[in-house]
Amino acid sequence: MRSADYVLKRGFFALVTVFVAITINFFLFRVLPGSAVSDLSRVPKASPQLKHALTVEFGLDKPKWQQYLIYLRELFHGNMGISFANQQPVSHLLIADLKNTIPMVTVGTVAAIVVGMVTGILSAWRRGSAADHVSTNGAILFYAFPTQWLGLMLLIIFAGTLPAGGMENPFLFSAEPFWQHLGDIAQHMVLPAATLLLTAYGSYTLVVRSSMLETLGEDYVLTARAKGLPDRRVVRRHAFRNAMLPMVTLVALDLGYIVGGAVLIEVIFSWPGIGLAMYDAIQQRDYPMLQGGFLILTVAVIFLNFAADLFYFRLDPRISQ
Amino acid sequence: MTLPLQDPQLAAEAEGQPSTRAGFFRTVLRERKAAVVGLSIIGFFVVLSIIAPYISPYSITEQTCAVYAPPSSAHWLGCDDGGIDMLSQLMQGGRISLVVGFAATLVAMIIGGGVGLLSGYFGRATDVVLMRITDYLLVIPDLVLMIVIADVWGASLFHVIIVIGILEWTSTARIIRAQVMSVRERVYVKRTRALGAGNTRIIFKHILPQVGPLLIANTVLTIAIAIYLETALAFLGLADPTVTSWGTILEHAFERTAISSGAWWAIVPVGLVIAAVIVGCFLFGQAVEDALNPRLKVANLSVRRWRLRPLVGRGPDAL
Repeated sequence: MRSADYVLKRGFFALVTVFVAITINFFLFRVLPGSAVSDLSRVPKASPQLKHALTVEFGLDKPKWQQYLIYLRELFHGNMGISFANQQPVSHLLIADLKNTIPMVTVGTVAAIVVGMVTGILSAWRRGSAADHVSTNGAILFYAFPTQWLGLMLLIIFAGTLPAGGMENPFLFSAEPFWQHLGDIAQHMVLPAATLLLTAYGSYTLVVRSSMLETLGEDYVLTARAKGLPDRRVVRRHAFRNAMLPMVTLVALDLGYIVGGAVLIEVIFSWPGIGLAMYDAIQQRDYPMLQGGFLILTVAVIFLNFAADLFYFRLDPRISQ
Repeated sequence: MTLPLQDPQLAAEAEGQPSTRAGFFRTVLRERKAAVVGLSIIGFFVVLSIIAPYISPYSITEQTCAVYAPPSSAHWLGCDDGGIDMLSQLMQGGRISLVVGFAATLVAMIIGGGVGLLSGYFGRATDVVLMRITDYLLVIPDLVLMIVIADVWGASLFHVIIVIGILEWTSTARIIRAQVMSVRERVYVKRTRALGAGNTRIIFKHILPQVGPLLIANTVLTIAIAIYLETALAFLGLADPTVTSWGTILEHAFERTAISSGAWWAIVPVGLVIAAVIVGCFLFGQAVEDALNPRLKVANLSVRRWRLRPLVGRGPDAL
């Protein structure tokens, strides 16, 4: 019973957050000065009639609440507007971009989690040793380097050996076998994913280390030691499992940061994902695309957070009490 | 009648916690090398950015050497695409980056500290409403929201400060709230209230001084985040294009083919100084936070060496 309550509560929270994000998205573009009409009617000799016609066409003559309801209704039908830049539906463009973003971000994040866990556990295990100092200081340093700078550094170092931009080699014919295309994409993915790994793993190392240290001080670890279990087993079976709980929370909280970093990374490596689409939208003042990109990224983060909540609950059912 | 020292909570406060804030920071600086290193780094860059216009070797608006001239004895860090000295840009750009970092953090701390205090002190409906808002903002990816706001609002220094400030307060609010909730229940606060002190007096005279060090630790950590975010926004072209900051230096290097020209001197140094400031803030903020959190000290136990480290700041019978 209790677990059903918990799932419902978190699910409700996620839905309300999505609603809040949608509302922010609507009002942000209306409280700030300027509108689509003042932008579009900036042609020479724009007559008041043209302005009026545009205002009516966009429905901007209606009261705000009515515009808001229309916006909600259209959104639930999957309509995110038409891109100013290339006159195509925003939702189609962004879903295509999302398909490119997901693999790169997933590979980078998973790699960061693995590297962060390994270095963090080693640090805690060999506390005070040279290895601990190297891994802790390295983590702080990489945490401090700006994401875009790390990307540029990788570009400087590996330009020439690895593909520096884009997602596919445009000269690879589509008749080539599937695995060759896959290998090509993987090669293009190395640098962006490595940047994401470097920029994200530092905070994981630090958190895993401190959480491991905390767990190693617990009574049950002392008991396990006293039973005569070997170190390796104590760390792996007894300390590690409990030390991983904060990691789930951290990964969930970090998602926003990762998504922000992904935008910067996609810009540097011209990776054709949502981040690059938002960057292009900024350059071209393409508000519908910007709005759509924000909404999709936010909703993705909210649902991944919800998933992390459920996962945490699976791992530690005590939290519902 | 009970003597104050018989109260275990009061006794712990009397022996464990330093009486004044200045005393606390002196202790932290004496006991933790990381805090000294961090504070020196921050101090160095603050002083540098104050005196930058007087000591920087060249103007940052006029061409003084060839386009992408490599480092030489006249221009230690070479020149950028406009033939402008990189070292001078680095010095004066730091000024803007630090101003944005400090000002945005001030905004964030006023909001976050205020929300945390009100929420923790008054509890109930105030707490529920404020924490709901905090939770929503905590989940929404902040850089993405910043990009949208900064773009719609227009690129300017002031806008960047406000945009970072109004979105970076959430974790501070949560931390301060938790601390206020525990301070509020302490005996001396209850006694003060019994003596007839009002809410304002209790908050400003008794609660704020207790959460002060934590707020300062958070301020320093937030400065690091704010500087990082400034470079990110500038990189996407959302900062004032007429002002030179560390963020815009990186943006220009990327936009204006520094990489294909092989001009590493336009990229490498600026990343190193940004990282130095962030590491400085991190070391100092983390050291203060660790000193405030006795729980972390219990864990100073290593499997390999297998011995207990002495406990600091806790009662004699801890662990």
